[in-house]
Amino acid sequence: MTRKNLSTSRRALLGAALSGGGGFLLSAFLPGLPLLKASHAQDTATGVVFRPNAFIRITPQGSVTLIMRYAEMGQGIYTGISMLLAEELGVTLDQVSVEAAPADPAYVDSVAGEEETGGSSSTRDSWIPLREAGAAARMMLVSAAAQIWGVPENACQARDGRVFHSASGRSLSYGELAGAATHQPVPAKVSLKPASDFTLIGTSPRRLDTKAKTNGSAKFGIDAQIPGMKIGCIIACPVKGGHLSGYNRAAALAVPGVVDVVTLPDAIAVIGEHMWAAIKGMEAAFPQWEYGPNATTSTADILAQMKKASEQSGVVAVKNGNAQEALKQAHTRIDAVYELPFLAHAPLEPINTTLHIRPDGADVWVGTQVPGRARQEVADATGLRPESIAVHNHLIGGGFGRRLDSNSIGQAARFAKQVPYPVKLIWTREEDITQDQFRPYYYDRISAGLTQDGAISGWHHRTTGSSVTARWYPEGMQNGLDPDAVEGAAQTPYAMPDQLVEFVRDEPDAVTTLWWRGVGPTHNVFVVESMIDELAHQSGQDPLALRKKLAAHQPRALKVLNEVEKESGWGKALPAGHGMGIALHYSFQTWAATVLEVAVEKNGQIRLVQAHTAVDCGPIVFPDGIVAQIQGGLIFGLTMALYNEITLKDGRVEQTNFHNYRMMRLNEAPDIQVHLVSDPDAEIGGIGEVGTVAAAPALANALFAATGKRLRSIPFAKQLGGEKA
Amino acid sequence: MRFDLKINSVLREVDVPPDMPVLWVLRDILGLTGTKYGCGVAQCGACTVHLDGQPVRACLLTVAAAAGHDILTIEAVEHTETGAKVQQAWLDEEVIQCGYCQSGQIMAATALLQQTPQPTDADIDEAMAGNICRCGTYVRIRKAIHKAASHDA
Repeated sequence: MTRKNLSTSRRALLGAALSGGGGFLLSAFLPGLPLLKASHAQDTATGVVFRPNAFIRITPQGSVTLIMRYAEMGQGIYTGISMLLAEELGVTLDQVSVEAAPADPAYVDSVAGEEETGGSSSTRDSWIPLREAGAAARMMLVSAAAQIWGVPENACQARDGRVFHSASGRSLSYGELAGAATHQPVPAKVSLKPASDFTLIGTSPRRLDTKAKTNGSAKFGIDAQIPGMKIGCIIACPVKGGHLSGYNRAAALAVPGVVDVVTLPDAIAVIGEHMWAAIKGMEAAFPQWEYGPNATTSTADILAQMKKASEQSGVVAVKNGNAQEALKQAHTRIDAVYELPFLAHAPLEPINTTLHIRPDGADVWVGTQVPGRARQEVADATGLRPESIAVHNHLIGGGFGRRLDSNSIGQAARFAKQVPYPVKLIWTREEDITQDQFRPYYYDRISAGLTQDGAISGWHHRTTGSSVTARWYPEGMQNGLDPDAVEGAAQTPYAMPDQLVEFVRDEPDAVTTLWWRGVGPTHNVFVVESMIDELAHQSGQDPLALRKKLAAHQPRALKVLNEVEKESGWGKALPAGHGMGIALHYSFQTWAATVLEVAVEKNGQIRLVQAHTAVDCGPIVFPDGIVAQIQGGLIFGLTMALYNEITLKDGRVEQTNFHNYRMMRLNEAPDIQVHLVSDPDAEIGGIGEVGTVAAAPALANALFAATGKRLRSIPFAKQLGGEKA
Repeated sequence: MRFDLKINSVLREVDVPPDMPVLWVLRDILGLTGTKYGCGVAQCGACTVHLDGQPVRACLLTVAAAAGHDILTIEAVEHTETGAKVQQAWLDEEVIQCGYCQSGQIMAATALLQQTPQPTDADIDEAMAGNICRCGTYVRIRKAIHKAASHDA
């Protein structure tokens, strides 16, 4: 997704206080909170707690708690953010505990404009402000110590959770200083360490969240256990816009363990003592539906409408020179249509929300990428004041954009307000896939040409599809243009003197759309990088060499291209049936070039042999975290490119579980080598979505190299006849 | 109906329907939430536990079928020599991302190494193909299994 509000001052963070301070301390002791503890940290605080800002809490007993404004969904952000804070605070990672922030304006990401984990933005948006928050706290602790000792502040040093006065050999721990530090003013100005003094940033420490994930003790939202809690499952009308017309209440209540059946106009929940009672109760309830206006819609209908819409001009995103005229003059010209399907997110933890709605307030236990929206959903559903609703954010068992939407939390609240007890409401896997909000289907028309010298001569890209921005963040629309829909198309790495990029918005009535890992770039970079490859082959040029030529004005592009060329052995002789494909992109302020080698058997079976990615994301905080995100991001994208599409028949989603919405498995995964060639002086880039963006174009281009077949629509495997493993 | 279950070497009596999957008994009756629900149809492996040392999918294992057998879950796998090695290798290779599937991955890998202490890549493919990782940690899972195996060498 696109960046929202670049103007807000980050300075406000330094003294940021919690608006709901009272509830904040309490939250540490509520059941189910995913508190990750250092081994020797103490839980109970007595005396004055030092809270220099919303992100740091130090008790007189010496426990240092870092409060995470971002959700941990596997990307390693609890570790990365802790490194930023701890680097300047002067503590080691084994001295800190980590806890999830409550829903509170103090945790708004000022660039995102709300409490949000998404857009590969967490590290970028925190790189300076959270180091400043750590530094401000350290300065207050140092001032306190200097005052106690009657020495100048600059005679004191802070490290490893203590302040030292080396001249006298004295030292005090942060815990011992907590009370006195509370009386120090928040510094108006802080200076940050030079990179040469970093002791944490740039290293790869053990992740803070992984130990608990090896022994079953990590708490995801679905693991919430609240005293007196019941458990329910939900089924909503399988066709969007339909409603519940009947169900067998008596039969459901007759199932042992079922305690309640509650309904909404378009959904039903059966609540039991345990999930099995809820599932069996739902079978017995046998809900009936009135399917409504989308009862006969199929994917073909949606596609026909999109094709028609794509024939008209759209909102202009970029217009440089005269693309039409340049195309007429082109020596090599290609006109193509690229298509990308609806996609489900399919995180392994299905959608779930646990709520306790009371007349005077509510608690919500959930894993969400948007705690503020979650709270507002519950407020809207119940009429409660937002301040009376506590959102206890949990570890997330896979986000990928799914938990940027909070509608499922609102649905759960409308059920939960009908019962007096705490209730955990779970979507089955079937519900999770069929009721997902899908990555839009995109229908892209593109025409591109080359001059005889191999420069681009005209580039006209018209993308047609649903606008996620318009629904999710309408303020982000720019006079009808959805910046996300053209991200990765409007700006490419290449010199394009005559470029026209347009967006045609076409909303399918039967489907709701949402962000999906890699957002705009996952869509557009597939089209752009495939097209560059097509131009290279049609004009008889090496695809990597052509990219270097067209991106000659981008030194960081050349660097990642050169690195991946060398590491992959680009151009070497390959066995029969093998091919290498390349993709270059600049997404989320990060440059990356990926080479993928594939082998295609005679029966069309595709084998992924090896991938190399060279990455320049500017300053590096957590190198192994970057490698892990590229590896996982590529596999996420390759899974989609090989296998995934959501289709509709009679208004219903046809895919229901992992047998027909196929995931890549371990035996299919290629070796993936990641090469970090970062420029420490460049602007810091994001990383969580970079690998995913590269996957489809690198694979399409490799499959062309292996087979001579140009695949312009996703998914690929069935087109080569090798879908069955 | 009453069933006696031996879970992590402890006898637990539960009063539940006979067709209730062990997955929900563990999670909702006994509070052992380390075993995860992912698909309910033995497609993803997130609910993998050991039944008499064999990896099984708890989402399809009924309580009636499990009664009288030894059940081992992620919460106690550290008490087995192989399980502890696998957990350590998982940390050393920094395998884990979101972690939701990893209880099942660790249980599957532990069962593999208990039966095949020095697995080949083909052995790993076969034993681990039933466990989906949506974060795509497969490259590191393979490496960590080899690492855990090397401790036996």
